[in-house]
Amino acid sequence: MGNQAMNKSDLILLGAFVLVVLFAPQLFAPIGAGYPDLLQKFAIYGIFALGFNILFGLTGYLSFGHAAFLGVGSYSAVWCFKLLSMNPLPALVFAILFGGLFAAAIGFISLRRTGIYFSILTLAFAQMSYNLAYSVLTPITNGETGLQLAQSDPRLIDMMFGRDYGAVLPPSDLFGIEMTGYSGYYFCAVLLIVCFFLSLRIFRSPFGLMLRGLKSNQNRMAYTGLNIRPYALSAFIISGMYAGLAGGLLAITDPLAGAERMQWTASGEVVLMTILGGAGTLLGPVIGATFIKYFENIFSAFNDGILNQVFDFLPDTAREIMVSISSLFVGEGWNLTLGALFMLIVIFLPGGLIEGVKRIRTSVGKLFRGGGGDGKSPKSAPAE
Amino acid sequence: MSLLSVKDVNKRFGGLQALDKVNLEVEAGTVHAIIGPNGAGKSTLLNCFIGRLDPDTGSVTFDGKSLLGLPPHEINQAGVSRVFQTPEIFADLTLLRNVMLPAFAKRDGSFSLNAWPLVDRQADIRDAAMHQLEDVGLAEKAEHIAGQLSRGDKRRLELAMCLVQQPKLLLLDEPTAGMARADTNNTIDLMKKIADRGMTMVVIEHDMHVVFSLANKISVLAQGTVIVEDLPENIKGNPRVQEAYLGGAHL
Ligand SMILES: Nc1ncnc2c1ncn2[C@@H]1O[C@H](COP(=O)(O)OP(=O)(O)O)[C@@H](O)[C@H]1O
Ligand SMILES: [Mg+2]
Repeated sequence: MGNQAMNKSDLILLGAFVLVVLFAPQLFAPIGAGYPDLLQKFAIYGIFALGFNILFGLTGYLSFGHAAFLGVGSYSAVWCFKLLSMNPLPALVFAILFGGLFAAAIGFISLRRTGIYFSILTLAFAQMSYNLAYSVLTPITNGETGLQLAQSDPRLIDMMFGRDYGAVLPPSDLFGIEMTGYSGYYFCAVLLIVCFFLSLRIFRSPFGLMLRGLKSNQNRMAYTGLNIRPYALSAFIISGMYAGLAGGLLAITDPLAGAERMQWTASGEVVLMTILGGAGTLLGPVIGATFIKYFENIFSAFNDGILNQVFDFLPDTAREIMVSISSLFVGEGWNLTLGALFMLIVIFLPGGLIEGVKRIRTSVGKLFRGGGGDGKSPKSAPAE
Repeated sequence: MSLLSVKDVNKRFGGLQALDKVNLEVEAGTVHAIIGPNGAGKSTLLNCFIGRLDPDTGSVTFDGKSLLGLPPHEINQAGVSRVFQTPEIFADLTLLRNVMLPAFAKRDGSFSLNAWPLVDRQADIRDAAMHQLEDVGLAEKAEHIAGQLSRGDKRRLELAMCLVQQPKLLLLDEPTAGMARADTNNTIDLMKKIADRGMTMVVIEHDMHVVFSLANKISVLAQGTVIVEDLPENIKGNPRVQEAYLGGAHL
């Protein structure tokens, strides 16, 4: 295959990504997000969105059911904790494996259709999984209570090595390093970096080119000698594995799994993250996930008390009006804000935040070079 | 033995007999043109070669192998490439990527999980694609986005995408339809160049002037039947052809 070295701009992108992820505790501290619980969420949902983007961003197949794989990943990981070991590595293997298997089954059927019918099929399957988790599958999922650890769990591998956690319910630990606090974050961070790197390789590979071809012109693909189904299914399974991994990590950092993780709102969230950040771009999904999880954290913490303080400077009646209006958008109403934000992005910035950054960069460049553009004429391919 | 052999092909659409016992033999290394007025059944016939339609009866044999019932990607992998009436390209990819993609399909087959290597480091594919773009005169636009090309350039690109696969048979459906005069002439010149290298081609046209200088043999299709099959020089003066075209004017 000859020289397989990545080109310079990709290496810079990867290097910058690694630095930002590793120094996130310091970098996010000024905006009040430099603590592990939140950073961990950025990383986990970043992985979820990266995988979703391989399907949606490259092939154009819009799945509305990816939360099912997230849920399956969580259940698999918790079962692995219960039956085998509190070590996160086997739990992740199971989470990825079952996420992938589940995706293979759902993808196999859903990919018989394209467009809106495909989306509806995936949505239907995910909702079915969600409902089954509450009903028939209660022995596996523990229904509404959610699947939890118990002192009586066998933990066969841990037993074999003579590990006894005593009377307390143990956290997951990697050979003695507990998956809580900063070590929990860094565990997720390393996996985020690995996932980003793999996604980069897929984007730049012949396989990735085929997936783009699928999005661009399926007719031409078929008459060019390419079998469309296995390409779409592979992308679907890969994104299911990413989702399974993300679900596994949710369980590792907080060992329980509930069916609400599979709900359609969760499926919708990853769609929003990907589109908000920039579907089909490398960084977009991670940026979208971070953005949404950050603002969710801020907005959902607001309550009427805080709002009253914010509008303290207003006379009483005006304050009450302002508080009652703005309280619609915070706390439980955060989804309303998210919806409004999403509409604005889709209408004014269809390429997502990444496109916004690019536009700013171009106009700044113009400013400095007296309207000369960014040195690239419009002919050239958009960079990722 | 002929490369493509079409025997007694019938195709009905409801009450319409779109193809009526069509026979066609295409010899390797020749250009065979199929002309006829609009609605004669030309596109329908072509669709029967490439797995888009299945004839009701009759056989289509390519290189000794029946094409009937095969999905489009297998027909392509067997060595048949097709240019569409409206150019089918990957509008949001660069020209270079547009031509590399078919080259990968030729090298790696109809499916390959080739997810680790880098596209830009596949020197053989890249060189073949660049060379093919040069061949059709689009090399300097290699990094442009394909959707922004003119109609004529899109057609050239589509030809490059087919040729890079080195097909045994190239099918062209009205390759100059909807083109400005200059683009039409350029496209005809390009097709001549390709034909001179020995590429076997089936060209469909309703404008007979396009194919006279190009074809080794011409079949005239009217209302689903081949009414004449002859050398180009004998076609022009044939009264049945003129009648078909004049009679077909109302179609
Ligand atoms: N899928 C179809 N369903 C019904 N009728 C069709 C279909 N495709 C073509 N036809 C009809 O068959 C006839 C031949 O069409 P076509 O092969 O497209 O002609 P040409 O390419 O020679 O102009 C026309 O009368 C057309 O309306
Ligand atoms: Mg036609």
